[in-house]
Amino acid sequence: MAKIPKIALIGNPNAGKSSLFNSLTGLRQKTGNFPGVTMDKLTGIWELGPKNEIEVLDLPGIYSIYPKSIDEELVINILGNPAHPDYPDMAIVVADASNLKRNLLLFSQVRDLGIPTVLALNMIDVAENEGYVINSIKLARELSVEVAEVNAKKGIGINGLKLAVQKTLENRFSSNDGLPLPVSEELITDIQVAFGDVDPYRCLLWLMEHDRMKMFSKAQCSDLDQIMVKHDFEPKKYKSAETVKRYEFLTEVVDRCVINLNRQWDAPPVKTWTDRLDKLFLHPVGGYLFFLAILFVMFQAVFTWATYPMDAIDAGVALLNDWLKGILPESTFRGLLTDGLIAGIGGVLIFIPQIAFLFFFISMLEETGYMSRVMFIMDKLMRRFGLNGKSVVPLLSSVACAVPAIMSTRSIGSRKDRLITILVTPLMSCSARLPIYTVLIALVVPEKNTLFGLFNLQGLVLFILYLLGFFMALFSAYLMKLILKAKEKSYFIMELPTYKGPRFKHVSYTILNNVKAFVFEAGKVIVAISIILWVLASYGPGNSMEDATNRIKVQNPNLSGVELSNKIAGEKLENSYAGHFGKFIEPAIRPLGYDWKIGIALITSFAAREVFVGTMSTIYSLGGEIDNENATIKNRMRAEINPQTGKPMYDMALGFSLLIFYAFAMQCMSTLATTYRETKSWKYPLIQFGYMTALAYLSAFLVYQALS
Amino acid sequence: MRTVADLGIGDHGFITGFTDEKLSLKLLEMGCLPGTEVVLTHHAPFGDPIAIKVSGYTLSMRKEEAATILINSI
Repeated sequence: MAKIPKIALIGNPNAGKSSLFNSLTGLRQKTGNFPGVTMDKLTGIWELGPKNEIEVLDLPGIYSIYPKSIDEELVINILGNPAHPDYPDMAIVVADASNLKRNLLLFSQVRDLGIPTVLALNMIDVAENEGYVINSIKLARELSVEVAEVNAKKGIGINGLKLAVQKTLENRFSSNDGLPLPVSEELITDIQVAFGDVDPYRCLLWLMEHDRMKMFSKAQCSDLDQIMVKHDFEPKKYKSAETVKRYEFLTEVVDRCVINLNRQWDAPPVKTWTDRLDKLFLHPVGGYLFFLAILFVMFQAVFTWATYPMDAIDAGVALLNDWLKGILPESTFRGLLTDGLIAGIGGVLIFIPQIAFLFFFISMLEETGYMSRVMFIMDKLMRRFGLNGKSVVPLLSSVACAVPAIMSTRSIGSRKDRLITILVTPLMSCSARLPIYTVLIALVVPEKNTLFGLFNLQGLVLFILYLLGFFMALFSAYLMKLILKAKEKSYFIMELPTYKGPRFKHVSYTILNNVKAFVFEAGKVIVAISIILWVLASYGPGNSMEDATNRIKVQNPNLSGVELSNKIAGEKLENSYAGHFGKFIEPAIRPLGYDWKIGIALITSFAAREVFVGTMSTIYSLGGEIDNENATIKNRMRAEINPQTGKPMYDMALGFSLLIFYAFAMQCMSTLATTYRETKSWKYPLIQFGYMTALAYLSAFLVYQALS
Repeated sequence: MRTVADLGIGDHGFITGFTDEKLSLKLLEMGCLPGTEVVLTHHAPFGDPIAIKVSGYTLSMRKEEAATILINSI
């Protein structure tokens, strides 16, 4: 089979690149591990015709090929390196016709790299509404490039784009104006001799951006540095002069190809919807109120509306387990299947409604253009705490999951701001903590209304826990701001895009991709741990399990039936591997009020905190005093008696101590792995793990001692 | 020297130059070219950051960044 051609989609943020990508590839998309709000590269298959497929690569939105933040680096690492596995055969530059000049800057840079390029003009309707008429045929001639008019949102103009792409793939025509600004020929020759005969503009890209490009070894970087010194070349000066020069040229082109109707009629500038909405959303008081209202609806959805599908999933899994227990004969396999595997899978599935709701809201806010207004009104506040207006998105996303949240910090240009955001993001209460909160709150907080009957007390405690996570994140960020040194100044130069109606197709892809990633990536870990745990709790060293059975039978000669088997199960658990682990750490967690059973749950949930509830149900279904009607985890825990006091185990002190512990503790392998990947150093995941664990332990200790 | 940071809401000016070389590239790429007209459209609460209209779209930046964009004196 012939290698299928690759196309890279390039464009400014908000130019409609992702809509076009969705229109071209539909559901045939492959995503990275955790596609979040800001994505890695995405690939998909575009069918040009029968047996004529093209691989399309969607790259992060950029304004110029010179990267300013980590997410933008990806683009030159692919476009600058012909040996890269994703190096495209050609590029489609998607341009927002209502902001043509700025969008063409990027186009002219990409083309000068020597990559065959097609220009897709999007949002022509918007431009015409604003009074600009674009002569795209003339534009194509002036820029000597194939131009296709498209409406990416509605999927119009795809056939024209197909033709332009086919033509460009066939003749592989790359018009190249050479260098935007002349440099000495020896400089280019020096680079070409050392690194290969490529287009002069690509030589300059290598020269100026080699530090950000992974293709160069340390030795090659210093070679390039030497060439720079030898020719007395100043990258900053060159880039600025190049940008001005390109704009001069593009201004002339745009003047010849675009008719401005406003100027001809001398009409007053149109007051757009964006202007009107910004009056409200950026208002000193109204802006914050509106944001609070949106947050309120969002949390309402996640904590109230999502409970219906979640209860249904929970009940469904319980039903399946009961049914299996009914039809399968009692065996090790039945135990592994029901209490191990299915309980574990159920623990994953139950998160789906909340993750779906959260990503629905986050992607709606991004889609409509409102998210950048939130960054705008929050920047000053966040800056006081060593963060950045752009930190709002990671902090908000981490209410769903810290992994995509940490990945979305790539758009934060300043290294210090980004690092602090990464370190404090896991303090926000993610959806994995929610089931723990729910179970524990139900155990220790009475279900009654408070504050004039307006609020449910349980709901209030839940809300306070979320606030606690947020304020602890701010507080930690403030401390880190004092400790960490900044290499460069942070900046906040950012486009405020016009408001747009959300593309529901795009929103649903975002939800689908995130849910899929969660179920398959996080799910693997959770299910594996559930099974390991089941094994550890069902087997013990040597003959300890049989000994436990015999011991109980000897000690309680009068017992029989359910009571006896429960006693045996409890004794077995205590003597299992898991029981030994729990007992081993008991002295360390005693001051927090925890016994060895909770110890087991702490150990297992250090890899993924969502395992806690699963562990609890495994532990108590193996060892608790249960009868079938009373089988939910909540009831099992409520029935647990503290052997020392004879009172219920889960009292206020223990409940709140556990709640605080889980609110602050770093118990997520996936998050630590992501921090490692994003900071490229073990130092930061270790710091993150260390400070959060210390914080959790100390706070839980204080809470327990104060309440007991 | 007058800068974009000195503008009140609705005020406008023409860019004449930059005082910070590192920021200037980003600003140029975003369409803040010498000779271009800028109009201040919004202050965030507490007066910072600000939003300007330039090259036909809205761009936000912090006040200290706006202070690096020189504009013509009135």
